[in-house]
Amino acid sequence: MLKQKHLLGLENYPAEDIQTIINTAFNFREVLERPIKKVPSLQGVTIVNLFFENSTRTKISFELAQKRLSADTINFSASSSSLKKGESFKDTAQNIEAMKIDAVVIRHPTPGASKNLTEFIDSIIINAGDGTHEHPTQAILDMMSLYEKFGRLNNLKVGIIGDIAHSRVALSNIYGLTIMGAKVKLCGPPNLIPPFLDDLDVEVNHNIDDVIEWADALNVLRIQRERMGRSLIPSAREYREKFGITQERLNYHNKNIVIMHPGPINRGIEIDGSVADSESAIILDQVLNGVASRMAILYLLCGGKSNEMEVK
Amino acid sequence: MDIKALSKNTVLENGQIIDPYNKKMFKGDIWIKDGKIAGIDNFNFPKSSKIIDCSGKIITHGFCDLHVHFREPGNEAKETLYTGSLAAMSGGFTRVCVMPNTNPPLDSPESITFINEKAEECPIYIHPIGAITKNQNGTNLTEMGLMYDQGAVAFSDDGLPLQDGAMMRIALEYSTMLGVPVINHAEDECLRSNGVMHEGKISARLGLQGNPDLAESAMVHRDLELAEFTGAKLHVPHVSSEKAVTHISQMKLKNKNVTAEVTPHHLYFNDEALISYNTNLKVAPPIRTEKDRTSLIQAVKTGIIDCIATDHAPHRKEDKETTFDFASFGMIGLESCFGIVNKILGRDSGIGLNDLISLLTVNPRSIMGFNNDLFIIGTPAEITVLDPKCDWVFQKNHVKSKSINSPYFGHHLKGKVLITISRGKIYYQE
Repeated sequence: MLKQKHLLGLENYPAEDIQTIINTAFNFREVLERPIKKVPSLQGVTIVNLFFENSTRTKISFELAQKRLSADTINFSASSSSLKKGESFKDTAQNIEAMKIDAVVIRHPTPGASKNLTEFIDSIIINAGDGTHEHPTQAILDMMSLYEKFGRLNNLKVGIIGDIAHSRVALSNIYGLTIMGAKVKLCGPPNLIPPFLDDLDVEVNHNIDDVIEWADALNVLRIQRERMGRSLIPSAREYREKFGITQERLNYHNKNIVIMHPGPINRGIEIDGSVADSESAIILDQVLNGVASRMAILYLLCGGKSNEMEVK
Repeated sequence: MDIKALSKNTVLENGQIIDPYNKKMFKGDIWIKDGKIAGIDNFNFPKSSKIIDCSGKIITHGFCDLHVHFREPGNEAKETLYTGSLAAMSGGFTRVCVMPNTNPPLDSPESITFINEKAEECPIYIHPIGAITKNQNGTNLTEMGLMYDQGAVAFSDDGLPLQDGAMMRIALEYSTMLGVPVINHAEDECLRSNGVMHEGKISARLGLQGNPDLAESAMVHRDLELAEFTGAKLHVPHVSSEKAVTHISQMKLKNKNVTAEVTPHHLYFNDEALISYNTNLKVAPPIRTEKDRTSLIQAVKTGIIDCIATDHAPHRKEDKETTFDFASFGMIGLESCFGIVNKILGRDSGIGLNDLISLLTVNPRSIMGFNNDLFIIGTPAEITVLDPKCDWVFQKNHVKSKSINSPYFGHHLKGKVLITISRGKIYYQE
């Protein structure tokens, strides 16, 4: 069982619990390869997906994980703008909990929202992304995918490329990977890497070629077009030239390197289409591992016991 | 709430009297007749007088806070002039200046009159600060002269810092004919951007957008240069960063018309407290690092910072019981002020009680040009009786404000206000 009641983030998360989640996720991965991909593990457990921000893949991934575990699922979506004028965050949460639910998967545009939620309701809370803070389930599926490929995380060299400052994926990956003993280098334009990273045990390098030369694997972040609107990035062309994982670049380095991307991909900007489709890329494995990881997290947090688990 | 009319004759007996204006301290009694000081130290008082034993307690001037938000008119659900007065009395304050960011803002002589008329019904002295620009729009100067005539004691667009340097120059120049301070919430809005906490290691960990100390220090620097250039009185509110302290200390060497305040919360907390995502700690300017906090304490010790002001900013529960980005900026602070600053500056930093009291009495009064020689016969009594040694835990029931957005619940405070006398009323702490 996991030490913490909730999964709010990976900062200071116990390494052995991350390993337990990954191991359990591999078991569920087997379930997903079967003809009948459903187990009764969370029968009678009610889970609410509370999404205050648009999401397609994370939401589908969680819903599928819940259905595969036979949990009852309801979805709540609200745009953050309607939250501002309408019902308060606390009222929304307490209203939903009053319907007798067991767990909440929350996505919210504000950092700390899942933490705040734990103060308003008693249910188990799983953070599915809180603003620019953390996205722990994404980092766990990324680590599971690396583990699948390399058989270890300890001393693995991982480059995280792109907009670090506005990325919850980056922060959760940094916390998770360093806890598991991996080495992390960040690479991106200086204005997209926060200046106060001293406590995070990572290195920063603004030269993508140096990082490719060093790394075993790259986690390439999506460049959001609205960042370009704010002139944080001069143009897509310049970004691709300076930081893009291009075919030419990989040909030049001519080394085995694993390429990850949390999606959705901007082909031709942060990553070339041919690279995303190549043997080195494990982007679609990440998607499948996402369902398996979320099954493991839901199962371990929502009452499942390892000896009851019938996945064999 | 124990607030009563003063008896015709009241005697505070056997206290340790601290007169912060004349820098005197002695054991003695104070006689208050018809709400005015009638005798101090040696006097004969009528036998029918109400006697209040103050032995072992300090008797001093009523505190003065030159930076509070009482939300009237427009946001009476958060606070009114009357409920704010009760919070003030509970904290030992007998005189406050209210900021003009109400709805509508205090941007006309009529609105200044409105406050003064409402204030007549309140148990403390309330002075309006007028807006610098119409509707705090940053571009059209208010009728500062007429507002001054109606009783505006200073000018500020608090909450909406004056970004346009030329406008700030105009306001400072114009204020020189009135001789009152201009107060600019010093933050460069472009540098502040959407920051909700101090930009640093902690904001990077929490994923919250940072507001760098540069946003404050760059603006403080601009305002200091303009103050020197125009010869106007500039008061820098709620200094939060070491960088701003450095600028102020340099300018103070050559310009006597510059003053500065610090809040209890910037002296008490550092940004590590934000790890809890406690929305009651979301304030503007933000709570900064331990290094900033210690530099603020040092600046108080050396006189670079002149006074304490609470920036008492009430908000409804629902404005704070939300996520950090959406929560309102500000915390209440009147009730907890003395216990906090006495703990941080007195107990932990070695500032003597007399100096500490000056930071809450003579210093703010002289910045605002208020009468300061309060222990003269015939002066309307503004008196605070306190026990500087009292250890107590701050709880919700200590709040007299209409709002409860305080981060201090459960915190141990050192020193407590016991009695506050103001405008013919006496307040007893429970």
